[in-house]
Amino acid sequence: MRMTTTDEDLATQAASGDGAAFGVLLDRHYDRLFAFCFRLTGSRAEAEDLTQDICAALPTKLCSYQARARVTTWLYRVAVNAAHDRRRKQATYARATSGWGTWEIGRVADIAEDAGKSDWLTSAMGTLTDDLRDTLALILDDATHAQAAEVLGVSEGTISWRVSEAKKRLKAHRMQEDVQ
Amino acid sequence: MTDDFDDLRSAMDAATPAPDATRRQANLARALINFDSLQGSAQQARPTSENRATALLTGVTTMLNKLTSRGGLTATTALVASGFLFLTPIGQDLMRDPNPLDAPLKRSFDAETVAAPNNVVTPVEEEIAGITAYAADERMEMPAPSSAIAETDFSALAGPMLLATDMVIMESANTESFANAAANPVKVTADEPVSTFSIDVDTASYSLVRSHLNAGSLPPADAVRVEELINYFPYDYAGPTTGEGPFRPTVSVMPTPWNADTQLVHIAIQGEKPAVDDRPPLNLVFLIDTSGSMAQPDKLPLLKQSFRLMLDNLRAQDQVAIVEYAGSAGEVLVPTAASDRTTILQAINSLGAGGSTNGQGGLAQAYGVAEAMAADGDVSRVILATDGDFNVGLNDPDALKDFIADKRDSGTYLSVLGFGRGNLDDATMQALAQNGNGQAAYIDDLSEAQKVLVDQLSGALFPIANDVKIQVEFNPATVAEYRLIGYETRSLRREDFNNDAVDAGELGAGHSVTAIYEVTPVGSAAILNDPLRYGTSDTVEGSTELGFLKLRYKAPGESQSQLIETPISASLAVTSEAQFAAAIAGFGQLLRGSDYLGDWAYDDAITLANAHRGDDAFGYRTQAVQLMRLAQSLSGE
Repeated sequence: MRMTTTDEDLATQAASGDGAAFGVLLDRHYDRLFAFCFRLTGSRAEAEDLTQDICAALPTKLCSYQARARVTTWLYRVAVNAAHDRRRKQATYARATSGWGTWEIGRVADIAEDAGKSDWLTSAMGTLTDDLRDTLALILDDATHAQAAEVLGVSEGTISWRVSEAKKRLKAHRMQEDVQ
Repeated sequence: MTDDFDDLRSAMDAATPAPDATRRQANLARALINFDSLQGSAQQARPTSENRATALLTGVTTMLNKLTSRGGLTATTALVASGFLFLTPIGQDLMRDPNPLDAPLKRSFDAETVAAPNNVVTPVEEEIAGITAYAADERMEMPAPSSAIAETDFSALAGPMLLATDMVIMESANTESFANAAANPVKVTADEPVSTFSIDVDTASYSLVRSHLNAGSLPPADAVRVEELINYFPYDYAGPTTGEGPFRPTVSVMPTPWNADTQLVHIAIQGEKPAVDDRPPLNLVFLIDTSGSMAQPDKLPLLKQSFRLMLDNLRAQDQVAIVEYAGSAGEVLVPTAASDRTTILQAINSLGAGGSTNGQGGLAQAYGVAEAMAADGDVSRVILATDGDFNVGLNDPDALKDFIADKRDSGTYLSVLGFGRGNLDDATMQALAQNGNGQAAYIDDLSEAQKVLVDQLSGALFPIANDVKIQVEFNPATVAEYRLIGYETRSLRREDFNNDAVDAGELGAGHSVTAIYEVTPVGSAAILNDPLRYGTSDTVEGSTELGFLKLRYKAPGESQSQLIETPISASLAVTSEAQFAAAIAGFGQLLRGSDYLGDWAYDDAITLANAHRGDDAFGYRTQAVQLMRLAQSLSGE
């Protein structure tokens, strides 16, 4: 019966103290949440840690959930905030870029299947700023521009601009690679 | 464009790993435990008769009651912090790209996005159309009505907002070009025993590399000229004694940091430091680019500040004139004594940016003014300050070079100061300075202006030797192979050495120049070329010298060159100065992606440079180590 309940209903129930509803909800979204964390950070180890942080803090975050809001949007926002928190903790510049920067370590550990493409992905994502990368993580996760705007707390126009900027940089990156 | 995006999407999908099952379970369990402890009971769901809003309120109250003070502090601080980040302007700024310069640099090679600054809106509109089409293609969850709304929203929002917050990034596209040649290859001494090149006292490449690294990206390999990196730093080499000549060459041989089987031949030239008090009067013609592209803060405004710094170091008998060039060239300040600061400062302040760049018209006028100012014993110099955009007048760089080379013979020197990024034409600047008996420096901030125009003013403005050429003949009996590090753009033909008509680099007062060869001794394990089967195998017997160094230079104003010769002895002598130069040579080669360094990496360069920083009164060497560390991080090592 639970499985037919919508995310939104589950979240509402969970927010009002229903532990079982919370469990079902998290179980439903865990894999997607992890994938999104990976896109935000660029390393498996970082993604695992970030997911753990989010899971541990999620019960307290439920109070920020508002009825009728889409659960995915809310979860995105929680995840993006948690990722920002982590980045701030990694204070120095070198470590702030660590995710996609230390990708190589994670890649070796993870046995990437598609080495060539992953390398391109790594260096391509590496050329982006955090804002662009966050935006791209959302858009690549099939979020709409409106949703991404809501999650990141900016206007849709900014999202559109960021997507086009990211595309431009990816293109520049591709051209640069071709030149080399 | 969309292809790349699709590639990224599929690469991302392929790269995204599945979550670890054990951790998944643990994380879910942890979440439930936290949830339950928040609710104040480990029970199943409580009956929820209350409506949602009050239940939420109850929940929050319960939560706050149950929270320990520490946890509560963490949670509320986090809430306040994220509220700060999202809701306040300062917070928004914190989240924004801290380095807007990053953006234009990243687009270095994006030739297709070239757009004039005044049609900023056009690409935005295209992008909006592209995104809408893209949304339809990808069947994103965007129902038709909201899609229509979104489209109008975009045009309403995008314009003003882009202008307000992202204008810096939306500046005109990058059209930078760099001057460089392929790295010098290893030469076999038996085939080609003689190596000839011109000295180079330019420093532009170092500043460019610094500007790139500080903006968070590795410089393009072509922007790195290793000899300019090395020569950026002052070295404590032994200078000439009175009557010896304008400079003294010192040659030392030391082990190669990156290869145990080779040696570095370190050639140092130290120019004399004439007493500053009896220097000849200067005639300076500032030729200032005031085209529209110079309006950015790191261009014309920085230039004005820099010249103010320099003005304080001129003397009463020095003369200053200012010629500006935009669509048309014009004399802003007639030759004025440097003591008349008010007039000069007014003229500098009156400069404003607008129009296109008529480089050649400006140059012709500046040389004209300089020639009119010249008196016996004066040093005349045109100081060209530009972002390198010569888009009016002589379009052919070769014709521009010929023009400069022609003017060079009039005895007027030319210095080129590069400002700003985006359309810096490094190649043209190099060509101008090399052909105009001058030097090129790139000024990216006020401290670089301080270095070029104040600390090293005498070197920058007073030449002590013209057309300085270096020729090294290696001894095939001792040296199997050699490689000149850097100086790719300065190589000369062997016969050019004795030809006084061939131009070469100038040495300024107090300048030091360093050239480094990596040599492979005969019998070393590091020899890269196999001996020829059909070649002659005559070995030269006798001398144990590594080679013979010859230098040619002309005293300023003379047309006959003089020769200095000295043998290169094989005995090893390691000095701290030479070691630091070697560290920088290694750094430059790392940035260029050289094949000759083996496992030697940024770590080793940092260690070596740190060990030989010496006094470093101006902090240049400390800064170099910081740049190495930055490059190390950026290269992901």
